[in-house]
Amino acid sequence: MTPLHAKLMRDLWRIKAQAAAIMVVIAIGVALQIMMSGFVSSLTLTRDAYYERHQLADVFASVVRAPNYVESRLADIPGIRTVETRLNSRASAKVDTREFSISMQVLSLPLHGRRHLNEVRLTQGRLPYAQRPDEILLLESFATAHSIVPGTRLEVTLNGVRRWYNVVGTAQSPEFIYFAAPGEFIPDDARFGVIWMGRPALAAALDLEGAFNEALVSLLRGANKDAVLDQIDQVLDPFGAPGSYGLEDFPSDRFLSEEISGLEVTSSTVPPVFMLVAAFLLYIVTSRMITAEREEIGLVRAFGYSKREVASHYLELALFIAVTGAALGCLLGVLLGRAMVPVYTTYYKLPFLLFRLEFASFASGMLLSIAVATLGGVWALRGIFRLTPSEAMRPPTPPDFSHSISFKKGVFARLDQPTRMVLRRLMRQPWRMLGAVIGIASGMALSLAMLIIYDGFDVAIDRTFNVVDRSDATVSFVRNVPLRTIYDLKRMEGISRAEPVRFVPVVFRNGLRTYKGSITGLSPAPVLHRALDKDLRPIALPERGIVLSTPLADELDVQVGDTLMLEIREGRQQTVMTQVAGIAESLLGAPAYMDLAALGQQIGEPDRFSAAYISMRDGWQSKVYADLKDMPAVAGISLRSEAEEAFQRVMDEGAGSARFVMGVMAFAITFGIVYNVARVAQDESARDLASLRVLGFRHSEAAFVLLGELAVVVLLALPLGLWMGTGLSHLIAQGFSTDLYQVPVVFAPKAYGSSISVVVFAAGFSGWLVQRKIRSSDITLALKTRE
Amino acid sequence: MARAHETEANHAFKVQNLTKTYGEGHSAVHALRGADLEIGDGEIVVLLGPSGSGKSTLLNILGGLDRASSGTVQFRDQNLTNMDDRALTNYRRRHVGFVFQFYNLMPSLTARENVELVTEISENPITAERALELVGLTKRIDHFPAQLSGGEQQRVAIARAVAKQPDVLFCDEPTGALDSATGRAVLRVIQDVNEVLGTTVLLITHAAAMAAMADRVIHFADGQIKKVELNKNRVSAEEIHW
Repeated sequence: MTPLHAKLMRDLWRIKAQAAAIMVVIAIGVALQIMMSGFVSSLTLTRDAYYERHQLADVFASVVRAPNYVESRLADIPGIRTVETRLNSRASAKVDTREFSISMQVLSLPLHGRRHLNEVRLTQGRLPYAQRPDEILLLESFATAHSIVPGTRLEVTLNGVRRWYNVVGTAQSPEFIYFAAPGEFIPDDARFGVIWMGRPALAAALDLEGAFNEALVSLLRGANKDAVLDQIDQVLDPFGAPGSYGLEDFPSDRFLSEEISGLEVTSSTVPPVFMLVAAFLLYIVTSRMITAEREEIGLVRAFGYSKREVASHYLELALFIAVTGAALGCLLGVLLGRAMVPVYTTYYKLPFLLFRLEFASFASGMLLSIAVATLGGVWALRGIFRLTPSEAMRPPTPPDFSHSISFKKGVFARLDQPTRMVLRRLMRQPWRMLGAVIGIASGMALSLAMLIIYDGFDVAIDRTFNVVDRSDATVSFVRNVPLRTIYDLKRMEGISRAEPVRFVPVVFRNGLRTYKGSITGLSPAPVLHRALDKDLRPIALPERGIVLSTPLADELDVQVGDTLMLEIREGRQQTVMTQVAGIAESLLGAPAYMDLAALGQQIGEPDRFSAAYISMRDGWQSKVYADLKDMPAVAGISLRSEAEEAFQRVMDEGAGSARFVMGVMAFAITFGIVYNVARVAQDESARDLASLRVLGFRHSEAAFVLLGELAVVVLLALPLGLWMGTGLSHLIAQGFSTDLYQVPVVFAPKAYGSSISVVVFAAGFSGWLVQRKIRSSDITLALKTRE
Repeated sequence: MARAHETEANHAFKVQNLTKTYGEGHSAVHALRGADLEIGDGEIVVLLGPSGSGKSTLLNILGGLDRASSGTVQFRDQNLTNMDDRALTNYRRRHVGFVFQFYNLMPSLTARENVELVTEISENPITAERALELVGLTKRIDHFPAQLSGGEQQRVAIARAVAKQPDVLFCDEPTGALDSATGRAVLRVIQDVNEVLGTTVLLITHAAAMAAMADRVIHFADGQIKKVELNKNRVSAEEIHW
């Protein structure tokens, strides 16, 4: 070990607490980078391999009923590689553990040997035999949630007919990586399932022999997807097609893809904040060390060491801290990544998910930390290159404050001397103060923004489940039922209110902008489920025109009064023009509302509805479920409380840990900055502090001079952090909000409060540590030695 | 001037069997090995001796900056030996002024503000202007330390030390960083303070010549007081050469 290396190790030991604080900041930055980019590649690779191996279709097209020969007409469309048809329907299943039926999706399963599109991945048992119409395959997550194993019998109501089926196996499918019960977007394994059964059996049950109601298409490489979609729609139009769509509009894929791109964005924006803060800290620590060791530098230079050798000594110190921090970060990133795998597999049903340590992100974390150390170090090292050995060995002249504020006038004249010292010191090093203020504010902004977003989710839950939807349950029917059915419901004992609703698939068009969605037809002056304006007042649905939700109006770029084209994909399949009569607030999906009667007229199928919102009397729930079970037209019941609970559960689990992580991040950054700035300031003013003590100042009075400086930095950082955090939350909300769901930015006093407390606590803690050090320092020693 | 004899009955300090040991066992350093001493009110006392002879240790203990390992120190009717940190701070605040070799001014405060730093926390101070006038720095009152010469900085330090009208002024090598002409001017100021305000002065120096301005000269060697001389014929600072 060379003498300079020995010095390096001793220096590191001396500043160990400061070095550790910087290492933590770097480690968090690198860990986040490693974890997030690791998941980007793990999720992407797993998804792509899964899609490829199980041949997930590129295009989905559903119809009411099309004869099988149409399949060959689709196959003739240029650009299409394979076409397969299948049957896709809703059903409900009864399990022992629940009072009422669970909504299910039923798909036909091709039972002959060759490879098919959307192949399932058998996880247990076997595929159903072609000649056994009562054998079914069950979605693995649903089976697990209800402890259903192969060999169990399951009661399923399909097309109004209740039958018992034998579960012969469980499976996963690339179609159902992310899925939720109809109308919801938070997965709840127990409340939504998929059944696969042989096509003949399903065709018989649905009266669809010799026909199909869904086509799956895979495209040739380089095919023009939009052109293919148009031609598919032309072929299928006569058979009641709501419009074909590509994989990118397929909900499961959209959720997964958005998760991946969200991670990509986050991984390229958040870690750099930590790295910049680390560079700043390395700068102030290294430059302080160089100032304090000026004379030693002069001495070793006089011995014949070159500037480069001396500079590289200090650079090595910065590099050691940075690289150790990065190595810790890599380890932490891998551990975090591994720990996050079960979180992902809870929501994303992938056949496997291995957290991949990306060598590239490992290398980039290391390189970034080296760059950070070099940036911070070299900036500080400029000082060495300016000094000649003889200059260096002369003690520095006392810092010149002759240009600072005089404090002779006005209120300033009343400032006591310690306060003047604080203010003048701050103003003498404005860049350091600014760096510290911006650094703390950035750390605070990151955590505050996420906390605001989480509060926004809470508001979204409350608004969606308590303000917009005030029903207890939604009863859905297997087909549209006549209006009198609502009276049947109202007459049921235990039901206090029932309101009809109709969902009609439709393509909205405004010029080149199109959106495939649906119209919600509501009864006049509804109570249970309402369209609300931005002040949350109910909107009276007009007899003419349509009310669009904000995300839909944005998507189509229309305002109140504009005309919109509707291609109705039900009934007579008309195309009509209508006026936008209002804009409704919505946080879940992108609904459009019309008056139920007006909608019926428009479709040419009046006085029918597809579902009903009900409210129930307390204690009557079981009776209501039992009665509804006896209504053959009922496809399923979804309880609002269960949907809310599922949402809340995800939020509590996710938000709880996220809040903790955000708190740790803000704490680490604030602590790292405040502690390092304080220690450096303490070093610089050790003599001043000792002098003050000698002059008869108490510990607290002397500490004020040092900590007052930090208090000002923190006080400036707080409003800046609040401002930056609020701005950032708007950006994040915009990034998160899609037509699937919107994240509102709300005034979140709790988020403000907790981010302020974290920063104040971190600052207070570092202040306490520094103050303890002041207390234990020997005042006589400081007076003897010269800077 | 027979001040030492006049004030013999009024002791500023009474020191008995004072020891100070740093560290333990084999590495223990005995900085003071049993000092006995009495210092009268209003005296100028010069402490002489080589480096490490214990004079700074004694000054630190008398000044309330450090605690003795054993023995007692009496300041008037107060026992410094038993005081806790807070009481020592109060002692320094009320009774003591310090002047150091390297001035120890706050670089961020002007000359006036450096003095006000102390007058703000004192019970019976003179004004900063008056204190600076006493050291002859009226013209440079709003200058920052970086704008002052070494001698001027030391005079600000003296003004700061005396502005609270301390009972005792401790000076640790006050001329150590100054040339002899400037040093003499500084000693003159210290002497003025002693004569005008009646402040007891304890002064550490390497320069034996300064003993001439003292009422009492204490010689240190190896952590012990070797000799105490009484000087009945104090000379003025201008007459001292070193």
